[in-house]
This record gives sequence, C-alpha cells and structure tokens, in this order.
Amino acid sequence: MDALRRTLLKGAGATGAIAAAMAAGVLRPSQVLAADINRAAFEAKDIAGALKAAGATNVADSTAIAIKAPDIAENGAVVPIEISSSLPNTVSLSVLVDKNPFPLTSSFEFANGAVPEMSLRVKMGQTAMVEALARTADGKHFIAKKEVKVTVGGCGG
Amino acid sequence: MADPMKIRAQMKGDVADIRVLMSHAMETGQRKDGAGNTVPAHFIQSITVDVGGKRVLQGQTGPAVSRNPVFGFKVKGAKAGDKVVINWVDNKGDKRTDEATIG
Repeated sequence: MDALRRTLLKGAGATGAIAAAMAAGVLRPSQVLAADINRAAFEAKDIAGALKAAGATNVADSTAIAIKAPDIAENGAVVPIEISSSLPNTVSLSVLVDKNPFPLTSSFEFANGAVPEMSLRVKMGQTAMVEALARTADGKHFIAKKEVKVTVGGCGG
Repeated sequence: MADPMKIRAQMKGDVADIRVLMSHAMETGQRKDGAGNTVPAHFIQSITVDVGGKRVLQGQTGPAVSRNPVFGFKVKGAKAGDKVVINWVDNKGDKRTDEATIG
C-alpha cells in the first residue's frame, strides 16, 4: 500500500519535471510527443512571436518557396493558398497571415515520401502578407511572402 | 460525431494526389451570434495522414483555416491500392477517422 503510494508520488513528480522543462523552453512539445500542439506558436499575436514560438530563428528569405494565392481575394473567409518548397530536405511547411489576430494558420510536417507541397484554404481578416515558412532537415528556416488584397474580411464580426 | 470526410486519392504518374474535405465549423472564437454573445472557438487542431500504413503528414491547424477545410497534398512512392487513413482532432476533443483507397 505504502509502496504504491510512493510510486504514484514519484510518477507525479516526474510529470511535473517535464512540465517545468517544457515551460522553460528546454523541451519543445514537438520533441516530447509529436502529436502535441504548439499552442504558443498558434496563440502568438504577431509574426515575430509565432516564429519565435515555432523555434524559427535566423529565418532567411528564399525564392525556392512558392506561394500560389490570388492577388485579390473577394471573400476573406475562403482564400485558396498553395505552397510548395523546392529546398532539399524540406520537412515542414507553415502558413502565416501577418494581419490576422493569430498569424499562424497551420503547420505541416512531411515524411515517408510526402512531397513538401500543400493546398489549403485560410481566413484573412484584411489585406495582408501571406507568408510560407519552410524548415529543412538540418533545422534551418526559410520564408517567402506574397501580398493578398482582401475586399471582404473573413474573421467574423 | 462529425460528418464523414470526403477523400479523393488518385495516382498521377508516380505521385499520389490526395485531397480531403473535412466537415467542420472552424469557429474562430471572435464571431458574435445574433444576440451579441461570442461564439466559442471550435476548430480542428490536429491532422494526421497515413498512406500504406506509414505516417506521411502531420498537421497542426488553428482557427484561421476556413470552414469545412480542404487540404491537398502529394505522396511519392505510394501506389494504387494503398490505403489512405486520415484523422483529425478538434479543440473540444471531437475526432474523426476516415479512409480511402488510392485509385
């Protein structure tokens, strides 16, 4: 009985230690369990904050990332975006919209033959830059940008 | 339980072209209803795609993805007959798994 209680307490202590390490930024959630959501990046209110939370530092502009999006989107609630990267060993692509309340819209990781190419539809509150962030296997980050003019915003109201 | 996804998976040359439509409100948490109350955020936040038993794509999404999300992606090395399994989980814990076969 007592031994069991000890074990349980120990277990709780270990979980607490992991939580503390995560809070301190030592362990990013993606390293603990890949399926975890990087909440900090999704809740960041500007591009700089989102990049920082995603662990993207020294982000270089790249022409190897292509963004296909309309020049003018009539309906901000549904803006079709296509992103692709011809950088070798691209493992992840993220789409950010700089004037949205939370710029990071989505982030995808590719493996086992998936081509670093995505199409999706995002909401845009107003005319803004759509930015595509790519991460390569060696941990480097690259970004490309394209302006999309929005006539009717799509973030509710 | 949410409505089923619509999945279309076809070989184009040596690359599988997969498109999926998920049925989801994707509420941002910023919209107000008729009575002026804020509609709580409700959105898909995690997506996984397995092809032929291997995890090929793992996505995290936020409320800025459009209502009834549509995603398209391509997988090299897949072949006709491979099973595609797509799974999503939203921020309220609701989830859905659907599968299709590459044609």
